[in-house]
Amino acid sequence: MITIIDLGLGNVNSVMRALNYLKVSNRVSSEISDLEEAEKLIFPGVGNFFEASKRLEINGMKQAIREQVLELGKPILGICLGMQLLANEGEEGGISKGLGLIDGRVVRMSSEKVGLRLPHIGWNDVSHRNLKLFSGIDENACFYFVHSYALELEGDVEHSLSNYGTDFVAAVKKDNIIGTQFHPEKSQKDGLKLLTNFVNGVF
Amino acid sequence: MLTKRIIPCLDVKDGRVVKGVHFVDLRDAGDPVELSRMYNEQGADELVFLDISASPRGHATTLEIVSRTAAEVFIPLTVGGGIRSTEDMKKVLKAGADKVGVNTAAVKDPELIRLGAEKFGTQCIVCAIDAKAVFEEREDRFMVDTEQGRCWYEVYIYGGRTGTGVDAVEWGRRVEELGAGEILLTSMDADGTKDGFDLAMTDVFSRETNIPIIASGGAGDKDDFYNVFKNTGCDAALAASVFHYKEYTVGDIKDFLGKKGVAVRI
Repeated sequence: MITIIDLGLGNVNSVMRALNYLKVSNRVSSEISDLEEAEKLIFPGVGNFFEASKRLEINGMKQAIREQVLELGKPILGICLGMQLLANEGEEGGISKGLGLIDGRVVRMSSEKVGLRLPHIGWNDVSHRNLKLFSGIDENACFYFVHSYALELEGDVEHSLSNYGTDFVAAVKKDNIIGTQFHPEKSQKDGLKLLTNFVNGVF
Repeated sequence: MLTKRIIPCLDVKDGRVVKGVHFVDLRDAGDPVELSRMYNEQGADELVFLDISASPRGHATTLEIVSRTAAEVFIPLTVGGGIRSTEDMKKVLKAGADKVGVNTAAVKDPELIRLGAEKFGTQCIVCAIDAKAVFEEREDRFMVDTEQGRCWYEVYIYGGRTGTGVDAVEWGRRVEELGAGEILLTSMDADGTKDGFDLAMTDVFSRETNIPIIASGGAGDKDDFYNVFKNTGCDAALAASVFHYKEYTVGDIKDFLGKKGVAVRI
């Protein structure tokens, strides 16, 4: 069973719909007991880093996720804001703390540096796809992105890149901790394949 | 590289897809869920549902359609039409929409955009702007030189039936400030003509705003898609009847664009 962590912020049901379509048993929940019962965790997210950071502090959610992932070694897939929240901190809405599972911080993509419009919305390809998570997916495959902030990694962490005026982290992996800046649940067949890989432990 | 998006639009009325010329004279164009499934298979990058039902029952039917589509089509879905409050937004998002389109209600009360963006995020709010060229010189309007002459663009509401006197370019800048994540720009002059997108209007919006512009109205031929991407800074092109009446598939358009060097997701 996969637990989809719901902080009560954005719409997390699209991940549920994708897992239902793939016939993978899942539960959308904000209860710590459901994190404990799950084999794997998916942490989706739309919304604001600062707001989500506050929600993580409520009822020991942050501690519970860290325990499941770091001590019990449960795989976690963070999606979009969920990936960004894996980092130490973010600057959206004011500096606030993330889960601290991956060393890095989340900063606004500068539109001057990028020279393009923000948010970065649409289908973009991914390079440096050395992560197993992309197994069986065509090399030119595009994934659906919607974001104005990006993860800046500190130290040597496995990752894939995408380019929007400048290179940014599209996917990241550290042991059992996985993140994608794009939305696999909205990236048609290639996204569904990537979710299937995660479910099957291929990452 | 970010690819250009091709977006089929489904105008839904009481559970059926309809299509008209200049927003009137509606013809039946099929079952929305079936069409969504087909466009998904053809490689559509996104789908837009515009609910033009006039009754609460019609709106409820649209929500059912969105929910059935979201269960099997895994690309972004935008739902607009009759959205008046954040409560309405919540309903369509809950049904399975990823983004909400606002139009008339936002013109009447721009706060709706700010409230929606605060509550659901800017990426959720697509501001639809229906605009029409007015060929008169005005000092207090954003004037544009076009092949047809010098004009400004007026915002229309109520499905294109009512002019507001509001300057559309000014309104576009304002909705960006208020927190809209994208602008769905429909040219009332081009809509239904199949003579091509309104390049002058699309161009001025992509210059004067910094959020993605979806060009809409006038698609008739494959070249029309190429021209709008080549000559304007728009991010996406939306069309309805060329797809509904199977003149071209989404795949046909994308193959054509790809061959001409436009980045598309194949």
